[in-house]
Amino acid sequence: MPSSVMPTTRQGGGQLSPAAVSAVGLRKSYGDKTVLDGIDLRIPAGSVFALLGPNGAGKTTAVKILSTLITADAGDLHVGGHDLATDPQAVRAAIGVTGQFSAVDGLITGEENMLLMADLHHLSKPEGRRTAAELLDRFDLVEAAKKPASSYSGGMKRRLDLAMTLVGGPRIIFLDEPTTGLDPRSRHNMWGIIRELVSDGVTVFLTTQYLEEADELADRIAVLNDGKIAAQGSAEELKRLIPGGHVRLRFADPAAYQSAASALREVTRDDEALALQIPSGGSQRELRSILDWLDSVGIEADELTVHTPDLDDVFFALTGPADVPTQPNQPKENVR
Amino acid sequence: MSALSLAVRDSNTMLRRNLLHARRYPSLTLNLLLTPVVLLLLFVYIFGDVMSAGIGGGGADRSEYIAYLVPGILMMTIGGTVVGTAVSVSMDMTEGIIARFRTMAIHRGSVLVGHVIGSVLQAIASVVLVGAVAVAIGFRSTNATALEWLAAFGLMALVALALTWMAVGMGLVSPNAEAAGNNALPLIVLPLISSAFVPIDAMPGWFQPVAEYQPFTPAIETLRGLLLGTEIGHNGWIAIVWCLGLTVLGYYWSKAVFHRDPK
Repeated sequence: MPSSVMPTTRQGGGQLSPAAVSAVGLRKSYGDKTVLDGIDLRIPAGSVFALLGPNGAGKTTAVKILSTLITADAGDLHVGGHDLATDPQAVRAAIGVTGQFSAVDGLITGEENMLLMADLHHLSKPEGRRTAAELLDRFDLVEAAKKPASSYSGGMKRRLDLAMTLVGGPRIIFLDEPTTGLDPRSRHNMWGIIRELVSDGVTVFLTTQYLEEADELADRIAVLNDGKIAAQGSAEELKRLIPGGHVRLRFADPAAYQSAASALREVTRDDEALALQIPSGGSQRELRSILDWLDSVGIEADELTVHTPDLDDVFFALTGPADVPTQPNQPKENVR
Repeated sequence: MSALSLAVRDSNTMLRRNLLHARRYPSLTLNLLLTPVVLLLLFVYIFGDVMSAGIGGGGADRSEYIAYLVPGILMMTIGGTVVGTAVSVSMDMTEGIIARFRTMAIHRGSVLVGHVIGSVLQAIASVVLVGAVAVAIGFRSTNATALEWLAAFGLMALVALALTWMAVGMGLVSPNAEAAGNNALPLIVLPLISSAFVPIDAMPGWFQPVAEYQPFTPAIETLRGLLLGTEIGHNGWIAIVWCLGLTVLGYYWSKAVFHRDPK
């Protein structure tokens, strides 16, 4: 698989902002199963980075390694300017982690969870109380503060989890699938919270299996598949990887399909579906010229759809298994 | 902040977390207290006449058997509360909060130290409660001095410390609470086959080494000597060596397991 599909982009003429997280040649395997097969990442300070991939791609393993929870087999890894191998404690002081499974103490109340974090960050008693109260308020947990965390709903637990992560004021935050399992409203709330963090200048490293989420939040996206970075870049750059949009004409009558196919050149034929694809960016002007052209050669399709590439296309193109028949709107060339 | 004061501060925070758990959910601790209390009452009131006939060369009365039994029951109480430690450690390790602790700049061992100190305190509180039941049904320490009382509590704290570190190790290697309960079963069984209920020389000859060469027997004999003035002999230092050995073993074992990458 070509990991050089997209060259790593440099910001504004080679001027690099300092990296909050950098990894070169990160490898990890469990037994003979390779989970991460030499991945390279560079996340500028103050940006949002999304690691996107299907289940089992190695996203959580990457987060666990970069957040010092487990050790890598190989790789030159730096977080917040500290070497993970030699100074994990300095890395820990710089980061906050909200894992995939809520890292709250269910036996004690939300407020006690917050005060526990304050104590472990060595805040003074009044300072700890003030920070806990502020964050509980900010995350809309004041009413539930005196209840045991185990009684919280999924969305509340996730908010408490993130509030606990923020007690120490970390400058780099890892969010492992922050919205998995949340209902749409809670998901949008979480997005709002993440955007707020970013506006405070915090670097966010998030993993997700939702393309929409990466598109909404991230400055840069890396697609992780099978332990390797399949592509990385901004959402726009990734979309450009996929052959552009097209207009799809579908015919009910095979005879009409055949005559249209011979009249129109430069189209992609799909004989089974009786459909033709005409390359198009999807703008109004392009669409009108296509319609004019179809009228002039007397072609009338039964169905016309405009398809613009989205991250789903990128995702399927980059992460699809080789032996599965390609999807109709997927480029025919195989990326593997 | 120096490494030591960091360790003390974080361990203290973790201890408060564990005591909060114990206070919020006392049922586990109280359940574990039930076994020694029931055994105490059972052996005194149901089997008491038969049992007392077998000690002190025969003809002893029930109060003498109470005196014989109580030190063993107290040690058994410690074993029982410590089973709770194994269970709660293994439950704790499955909680996401432990992963959070591991990614924070805190003293690494503080989670375990918090569990250990919390458990030792709980064990001592349990001993006091069970001891109160013993006194209520007629147990009296014969002419033990203040120093001997102090030594008795010191011994029980030391036994609790040693068993707790072993239980923490057992909890860490157990995948779930049930497995932890099973792995910690020796802590319940060993007192049953010690000199807690009957003197070793009243047991069959082939079994006597089993009862003799295990940590509970010398600890119980030492406690008996301190509270009742019986012969301690070599049992005192054997008990201390057992405790120190198990503490060191349990400490390094737990530490090694905890420092491994979590699954």
